[in-house]
Amino acid sequence: MQRILNNPDHIVDEMLEGFVKNHRDIVKQTSHPRVIAKINAPIAGKVGIVTGGGSGHKPAFIGYIGRNMCDAAAVGEIFSSPTAAAFLEAFKAADGGKGVACLFGNYSGDNMNVKMAVKMAKKEGLTVRTVIANDDVASAPKDQRDKRRGVAGEILMWKCAGAKAAKGGKLDEVIAAAQKAIDSTRSIGIGLTPCTLPAVGQPNFEIKAGTMEVGIGHHGEPGIKVCELETAEEMARRMVDTVLPDYPFIEGDEVVVLVSGLGATPVMEQYVLYNEIEKLICAKGIKIHKSYVGNYYTSLDMMGVTLTVMKLDDELKELIDMPAYCIGMKEE
Amino acid sequence: MGQIFRNKDGKSILMKMVKAIQDNKAYLGEVDGLIGDGDHGMNMNKGFTVFEERFGSEEFGFTEGLEELGMILMNEIGGSMGPIYGTIFTAMAEKGEGLEEISLTGFADILEYALAKLQTIIEAQVGDKTLVDTLSPAADSLRQSQKVGWDLMTAMNAMAEAAAKGRDSTKDMVAKFGRSSRLGERSRGVLDAGATSCCLILTAMAEGIKEMVC
Repeated sequence: MQRILNNPDHIVDEMLEGFVKNHRDIVKQTSHPRVIAKINAPIAGKVGIVTGGGSGHKPAFIGYIGRNMCDAAAVGEIFSSPTAAAFLEAFKAADGGKGVACLFGNYSGDNMNVKMAVKMAKKEGLTVRTVIANDDVASAPKDQRDKRRGVAGEILMWKCAGAKAAKGGKLDEVIAAAQKAIDSTRSIGIGLTPCTLPAVGQPNFEIKAGTMEVGIGHHGEPGIKVCELETAEEMARRMVDTVLPDYPFIEGDEVVVLVSGLGATPVMEQYVLYNEIEKLICAKGIKIHKSYVGNYYTSLDMMGVTLTVMKLDDELKELIDMPAYCIGMKEE
Repeated sequence: MGQIFRNKDGKSILMKMVKAIQDNKAYLGEVDGLIGDGDHGMNMNKGFTVFEERFGSEEFGFTEGLEELGMILMNEIGGSMGPIYGTIFTAMAEKGEGLEEISLTGFADILEYALAKLQTIIEAQVGDKTLVDTLSPAADSLRQSQKVGWDLMTAMNAMAEAAAKGRDSTKDMVAKFGRSSRLGERSRGVLDAGATSCCLILTAMAEGIKEMVC
């Protein structure tokens, strides 16, 4: 393992210090070492948007703190949920008096810690409501959507909810927009190599050379099947053919497409894949309103990609078009 | 003789639990890596080591130590194991804090209470491939030992055996909770990481208690 490290056990804290130093125009450290907030949070009269999750997914989660996006984020150890105490502090950092929407991914640790934090917040007189992202189609069958993991679709959920809050939406409207956004979104990942937790020092699962794992999770959770490494065109077809029928996205729909690298796949290859994906989606008579390609939601040094597709209606279109300004997405 | 241990003598029991986790950090990571995300050993080690650094040179009793360890896991470690072990240890502390001497009956009450508290935050039952598969038979064995009138020493051996059997039982199970539950059949054939760490902790606890029996 060739990595840039001091003590691997301190990697999250040291990363946060560097992050805040480099982005001091957008974010600030709060009184809790594992909570980062927008520079001007809380904004009086605005619904606060909070997220959080394990580290190792840069720019998620703290990179989506910014204008028309999230107000604060709780930070966990690598691939491990933040504490309930951190979520609670993030709620406080984001609360502008109109309540807080906590929008996070469907993982058991996050579920438990958020649940505990919401309970603690209630005791302190703070209103927090939650939406749990579950866009990963490979992680459970369609009739068990509540078991599906949240992956890169979370970004589109934050963007819609962040825009709704910025437009002055009330807490229930912000929650409804976030829920609609994630309900309209489907994702799938393909992994080409495993990732290495720095404190472990070696890959913690295996993807044999010449193969790829279809449906891989953001922490290397095994997917739906392992098959031979394919060309970009074949890979795109496999992803599109899994994602589109699940919602289903059909002829005449307008969508947002987000292709994210998992950390170690060159952006160049992501464009090669996107080129194929766009051809396939357009051939089905689906209109791509907006697309994103890049390392938007990663898994340490994993090679691979995720494809996320979101169906738009008039409301979601208006929200997604509102420019976001955060480290992960500078749309000015 | 052989029927109680003193709450105030409990520090060495906690330190044995810390050592068991530290010694098995890599092993727990490997077990977790097979069907989880591989961070179990690392995070458990971090939490238990923070406890050692903060309290290793202090004097404390069994339930005081459990309370501090539980709070560290819950407030500083997070993940899913933070709230799970945090709940178990703080519940044990809550149930046992008034006891100067802990008998087999007292210890059975403590572990049963911890299991009940745990089940208020997770829905997993025996058979779902989680640490409940270790904790539940361990608690049952204590009650059983008490009913048949075994001494504390024998009961500790029986508890450790029940815990190991429970841990091993997770191998042939299909995960129903947590991250590995999405794997369905692919989770079969591998031990559950939480059940494995729970067995290490209970075994260390049993060893520690055996040395303190009086």
